[in-house]
Amino acid sequence: MPNQQDITLQTKNLSIGYFHKNGNHIVAKNINFFSNKSELIGLVGSNGIGKSTLLRTLCKVQNALSGEIFINNQNLKSYTYETLAETLSVVLTETPASKNMTVAELVALGRQPYTNWLGTITENDKTHITQALEATEMMSFKDRKCYELSDGQLQRALIARALAQDTPIIILDEPTTHLDLYHRASILKLLKNLTKTTGKTILFSTHEIDLAIQLCDKMLVMTPEECYFGDPCQLIEAGHFSKLFPKNLIDFDVEVGRFKIIN
Amino acid sequence: MFFANISLGSVAIPITEVFKSLFHLSVENTAWNFIIQDYRLPKALTAVMVGSGLSVCGLLMQTLFRNPLAGPFVLGVSSGASLGVALLIMGAAGFGGILGTALLGTWSLVIAAGLGSFLVMLAVLAVTVRVKDTMAILIIGLMFGSVTAAIVGVLAYFSPAEQLQQYIFWSFGSLGNNSWEGMLVLFICFIAGLSMSIFTIKPLNALLLGENYAKSQGLNIAKSRLIILIATCILAGAVTAFAGPIAFIGLAVPHITRQIFTTASHHILIPAVTLSGAIIMLICDSIAQIPFTDYTLPINAITSLVGAPVVIWLLVRKRKLLF
Repeated sequence: MPNQQDITLQTKNLSIGYFHKNGNHIVAKNINFFSNKSELIGLVGSNGIGKSTLLRTLCKVQNALSGEIFINNQNLKSYTYETLAETLSVVLTETPASKNMTVAELVALGRQPYTNWLGTITENDKTHITQALEATEMMSFKDRKCYELSDGQLQRALIARALAQDTPIIILDEPTTHLDLYHRASILKLLKNLTKTTGKTILFSTHEIDLAIQLCDKMLVMTPEECYFGDPCQLIEAGHFSKLFPKNLIDFDVEVGRFKIIN
Repeated sequence: MFFANISLGSVAIPITEVFKSLFHLSVENTAWNFIIQDYRLPKALTAVMVGSGLSVCGLLMQTLFRNPLAGPFVLGVSSGASLGVALLIMGAAGFGGILGTALLGTWSLVIAAGLGSFLVMLAVLAVTVRVKDTMAILIIGLMFGSVTAAIVGVLAYFSPAEQLQQYIFWSFGSLGNNSWEGMLVLFICFIAGLSMSIFTIKPLNALLLGENYAKSQGLNIAKSRLIILIATCILAGAVTAFAGPIAFIGLAVPHITRQIFTTASHHILIPAVTLSGAIIMLICDSIAQIPFTDYTLPINAITSLVGAPVVIWLLVRKRKLLF
């Protein structure tokens, strides 16, 4: 157990799901994990297992059924949306509603928690925007409109916006969907580098189990029975990845650390 | 544009004389002076406020509903005002006699239109709380519009010809029937709505990302949505009450402005739309006068004739309306 001071994000016996009048619908329960500064954490699980529900609960979009979430050792319940916006930023699966803005304008919107009632951009804000654009290698695209970008570039622009929000924690929901193998790898490598250079905690959900195993510091594996947390090597040795999917079609090969189709 | 608009009309007044009259210098022709100060000037000022008000309204709604087709006319706000006025004018016939005429003051017309649009806006607002899908909200708005139009139709069927004509004239839209007292009320509503929309610049920019992103940036969605809707309600309600249901300005002007300024940032769009809304409305009004003739066309016909081709042209050229 590391020093309690360094823990940025932690859950204790968290149950997630939906409130109903006649009995709550539990999506997943007994979720326990913690993250430190400068850590990249991958969240994997099959479709419909509750990855997005978990991320939404962590971002306070929906409430936990039971259990607790701590952000910087403070209960999530004690955060308002305003203070949370300075602690946690997100990259969602949805693209911006309007793509009629430049990359620089999109990234500048990330400064909103710090700007005045009119949203005026100060010199300090500009420094953050420039840093975010440089970190994501989007500087040369800053005057492009969002509708002119490829999927990979748009994803980078959205990550830059989250960086400009200057929060110790960033949460991404499936940042690699719609991308080819090269761009999937480049996005995940970017996230890895960001954790090392900025000291941020980055949590992301993904279906790229192979890539995640190679890059993540810790992984959270959601299976129908239980949620497992640990570093990728431990999880492989314990055989937890093979519990992800039904075994009639694919199985996890512990030797090479990847899934194989059963002949 | 403003002074050209005052100068043009069934009686052409030289622009130098217009300036003289406006700055209280001696004007040779007293009839001109009267026309300018009591008719043309209020009309031009009304045109400015109507054009700006409806355009800002359209801009707010397009961003709030994340839909390029949104506007006061589409979402049933204007139809709500029409229903209010129709109920007043044609309902007054039912009361008959003295009570009927007492009800028909200019003020009651304004209040009826304002209440009507406010009620429809409230209904749309109530729906937005329950329905998250913006497309569904838009369709519901259209349905409200159809229902109110149908009720107006039923009322019209049972109304005497005189009341019917009065309502039809109102629905043509008019910038000219405004007294100085009416101008003051419109001006107060206009300034109130406009200053509220300045406070919505930051939330509107956040909403360009979508509601979930806006929320993650610490925006209080419910509060922002309420401010935006109240601002649109004040602007659309007041304008429609004084000038009748004016089509297309609210929908077309924001798109035209976005084409000129090629930005989505409301820091630029709110003042730009305010200005271009006023200019376009003045142009439409000048056309409606048919300069140097005695005819004045209904303003609503002109805004549609100008607005519809512009929207079609934009769609054909860009193939996609961005907001």
